[in-house]
Amino acid sequence: MSSQTFDTVAAIISDTCDIPRDTIRPESHAIDDLGIDSLAFLDIAFAIDKKFGIKLPLEDWTQEVNEGKAKADEYFRLDNLARRIDELSAAKAA
Amino acid sequence: MRLEYFEMIDEVADLDREGRRILARARVPASSPVFEGHFPGHPLMPGVLLIETMAQASGYLVLGLNDLSRMPFLAGVEKAKLRRFVEPERALEVEASLLHEGSGYAVTRASIRCDGEKVCDAELMFKLMPFPADLQEAMRARAARIGLLPAETV
Repeated sequence: MSSQTFDTVAAIISDTCDIPRDTIRPESHAIDDLGIDSLAFLDIAFAIDKKFGIKLPLEDWTQEVNEGKAKADEYFRLDNLARRIDELSAAKAA
Repeated sequence: MRLEYFEMIDEVADLDREGRRILARARVPASSPVFEGHFPGHPLMPGVLLIETMAQASGYLVLGLNDLSRMPFLAGVEKAKLRRFVEPERALEVEASLLHEGSGYAVTRASIRCDGEKVCDAELMFKLMPFPADLQEAMRARAARIGLLPAETV
């Protein structure tokens, strides 16, 4: 995970959800720790999509979590989210 | 427009698939129970219904682009501006363009013009969901009625 990506995501979350920046850490879980609901997460996804020029596959992630194929941490813990943003950005650039 | 039935769009004038843009028309009715309260003796189109009108045009845009495969539900209104009053019998041009298509959501920018002058504008977010039972056919019929789809597709 690049710290720059995490910093950008943290700033987006802070702005979008009015959460103090210093309470947002790489190990924070967007839903469990920061209390972000699914609707607010759409705003975050929109801001991330715009900022990085990608399309977060939210529906696929949600489906995998709901079907028990993945743990929510894998996508919604911020260090993991930032890592996946890096992967999507790299795939787009390739 | 049939305000009491939340049928805000009368006709789709143009669906530009490549430009991801829609132009629709709507005429404010001469009378409606809505005007009895908003306001007594001084009928004005409520601002929230202008936002609903932009949302419906945006919704038809999304439905047109996704061939009525998923239903857009209004999830957010940002940067909404209501710039002037709209009286009964006014003819409105409603325009919406797709700003972003995300995973399970879409964002549009919409505006309404009256006599060439901008009445209102907003950025609208929609959550895209599978159609609830029976709604898809009803929406398909409505889409055909307003000219979003050719009538023979119904």
